[in-house]
Amino acid sequence: MIASQAKAVGKVLASILTTMLGLLLVTFVISRFLPTDPVLAIVGDHASESRIAEVREQLGLNHPIPVQFLYYLGNIARGDLGVSLRTAQPVLDDLIHVFPATLELATWGILLGVVLGIPLGVWAAVKKDSAIDHVIRFVGLVGYSSPIFWLGIMGLLIFYAKLGWLPGPGRLDFGYEDLVTPITGIMTVDTLLQGDYDMFWNAVSHLILPASLLGYFSLAYISRMTRSLMLSQLRQEYVLTARVKGVPERRIVWKHAMGNVMVPLLTVVALSYGNLLEGSVLTETVFTWHGIGLYITNAIFGQDLPAVMGGTIVVGLVYILINTLTDILYRFLDPRAK
Amino acid sequence: MKPFMRSAVAALGLTVGAFAFGAGLAQAATPKDTLVMAYVIDDIISLDPADIYEFTSSEYMANTYDRLVMINPQKTSELKFAAAESYTVSDDGKTYDFKIRPGIKFHSGNDMTAEDAAFSLIRFVKINGNPAFIMNQFGLTKDNVDKMVRVKDPMTLEIETDAAYSPSFFLNCLSYTSVVVDKKLVMSHEKDGDMGNAWMKTNEAGSGPFSLKAYKPNESLVLDANPDYWDGPAKVKHVLIKNVTESATQQLLVQKGDVDIARNLNGDQLKAVKGDGNIKFVDSPKATLWYMGLNTKNQYLGNVDARQAMKYLVDYDGLQKTQFAGIGIKHQTFLPDGQLGADNETPFTYDLAKAKELLKKAGFPNGFDVTIDVTNKSEGRELAASLQNSMAKAGVNLIIRLADNKTTLTKYRASEHDIYLGQWGSDYQDPHSNADGYLNSPLAKRNQWVSPERAAAVTAARDEKDSAKRAQMYMDLQKQALQDSPYIIMFQQVETAAVRKNVDGFIIGPTFDLNLYRYVVKN
Repeated sequence: MIASQAKAVGKVLASILTTMLGLLLVTFVISRFLPTDPVLAIVGDHASESRIAEVREQLGLNHPIPVQFLYYLGNIARGDLGVSLRTAQPVLDDLIHVFPATLELATWGILLGVVLGIPLGVWAAVKKDSAIDHVIRFVGLVGYSSPIFWLGIMGLLIFYAKLGWLPGPGRLDFGYEDLVTPITGIMTVDTLLQGDYDMFWNAVSHLILPASLLGYFSLAYISRMTRSLMLSQLRQEYVLTARVKGVPERRIVWKHAMGNVMVPLLTVVALSYGNLLEGSVLTETVFTWHGIGLYITNAIFGQDLPAVMGGTIVVGLVYILINTLTDILYRFLDPRAK
Repeated sequence: MKPFMRSAVAALGLTVGAFAFGAGLAQAATPKDTLVMAYVIDDIISLDPADIYEFTSSEYMANTYDRLVMINPQKTSELKFAAAESYTVSDDGKTYDFKIRPGIKFHSGNDMTAEDAAFSLIRFVKINGNPAFIMNQFGLTKDNVDKMVRVKDPMTLEIETDAAYSPSFFLNCLSYTSVVVDKKLVMSHEKDGDMGNAWMKTNEAGSGPFSLKAYKPNESLVLDANPDYWDGPAKVKHVLIKNVTESATQQLLVQKGDVDIARNLNGDQLKAVKGDGNIKFVDSPKATLWYMGLNTKNQYLGNVDARQAMKYLVDYDGLQKTQFAGIGIKHQTFLPDGQLGADNETPFTYDLAKAKELLKKAGFPNGFDVTIDVTNKSEGRELAASLQNSMAKAGVNLIIRLADNKTTLTKYRASEHDIYLGQWGSDYQDPHSNADGYLNSPLAKRNQWVSPERAAAVTAARDEKDSAKRAQMYMDLQKQALQDSPYIIMFQQVETAAVRKNVDGFIIGPTFDLNLYRYVVKN
């Protein structure tokens, strides 16, 4: 029994490793075959040939690409992701700094998306073709198709600039910013650990607008998917049978049908969460939220190869982790998957 | 179906409640002793003066370090002695002695001596970072700098150059490179013979009006006033610079009063805040020019008449009134206004007939197709669109290629472009910077327009000791370049900051190392 469990765990680990290796290889090769030379991008306008050669050597770009890749793997195995060319910090430190910001925002976003999106989707399905259904679908469509950048600016303009109900961009008021000692990197948690409730509420108030925006975005997707999944269940014969037997409609929808909707819905939610954890570059830009999306984008534009690779590893790991978790949850939700 | 409705309404109610709750937490104005600024600072790659070559980092350097000499921020045609109180030149014009100002203390408490000044220059050359070429021009190299830069006595620094240069050229270059770092502090952080370079990338060892309190790359920079500054302490106690990359967000922040200064508003946003009674503008022309570099390797652009024709196909006046209103001044010569010998004449206007005539003379009466590489940012995009439109009227068809800044720039550096549209800023406040750049290297090389005669003329102007004669030589070079160069220079950049009404004394200079915070007062 234990041996078979160990075998299962080993299998999962092996699959994670191969996936990561593949991901690293692809990213590495693409980054090395970009048409622009990262050295020319770094050295400035007056660099001499000797200076260019020196920097090329410093970056290890003078070796053949396969050798560079092996070096890189060796460093990763030692936990060394290299030093960012733009921040002059170890990439690992940078990632530890930016990822919690994205994690915090994405988690609040997905929670809002699930808590609002699933009931709305079910409601729309039950009231199919009624006015309520149309309204919910329209709201979803708007959320799914309007540029998040524009929504963000509008949100700030209305709730921050005009009405003054909500604070401006950033994770805290500027005055508070340097007073938080980072422990987890998650503001709402760190401020509580520090026992400073004013700062905690300040952090919460800064989360409301960007999290609502991301929440709206995932709500739009989740409610649409819930609606169509629910509709396909409500057409099934077991629903008809239950209705004929006089089972209350509420029980049919939430217990019988929902049980079957749950499994595919879990994938939808997991994918949405994964997308949010990749970091929403536009939301992070508008709200001056220094998360991983902004970090990777800047790294790409700055030809900061170590940072691009490091960011890719984190995003890859997040996806793998979410997928593994989803698989485990399947086993609980769907008896056939056991 | 009531329960669904109930849960949905409850959830919606929660969200609305959360918004309303936020109402109680709206912000107050910025603290009175702190200058808060929204600024795009993600171009910083190092805080070490031996590496610093970017706009924002040179501004940081100017506020945290002292230089031997600097450009006088109040009168930019003059020099101001700072860490040095005076200098002398030897009779052969090759050796300079600088007297270090007594009584200057570093932020660490150490006293500044000639030892620190010599170490700083030697370190600057030896680390061989991006700005090191400025000192290489005087024959100071990694191998000889130990001998060329000497401590004559505890308060006198001696610098020897390989030839006699014009003193104004030498001092103008020093105004950027003569940053004095705290030798004891820096060397205590040395690792593997790096002269403290790794540590200095994110730390500070200066004596300037502000010290570095905290630096979070890509996020924020916090400075504290130095109460013992030799030239009088700054009026504000702290400066908080927030990296706000979205300019629309900067606009909201400054209008709301959550920042005192917004640094990166575009033309439209400046127009939008103009009517705001709480905001005023602080601006200055920068030593940065908007121009097109035409690669003469291209069969059409190699023809001088075709190039001249294109100079008549830019709607300078129209652009000045629209896109460049508030952020640029029409300018067509390679020396920006404010530098020695700058010739501010603008002979070119939009003249379709003249352009067609020149194209005919060039042998391309029907025009031609060329690509133009542009950084994908609103300014460049809009300018390229306007150029495409006005040039098309004479049959010159611009094919716009948008990419991020590093990609276009790298392509340009490798000379793989037809036309490059972008900006060029002087490296230091001396006409040689641009004369050399445009007529010799690097821009002339990139555009395949190098000639030994022009190189010799640039050197002669650089070495002329009589300032009036030197200015005239630059005038002549500019007039010639208007006739034949592969550059279509269009605008001199104006840097404009949106500043809250209660903030006075913020100085924007012609270069970023002359943007100063120490005179800022908040009323």
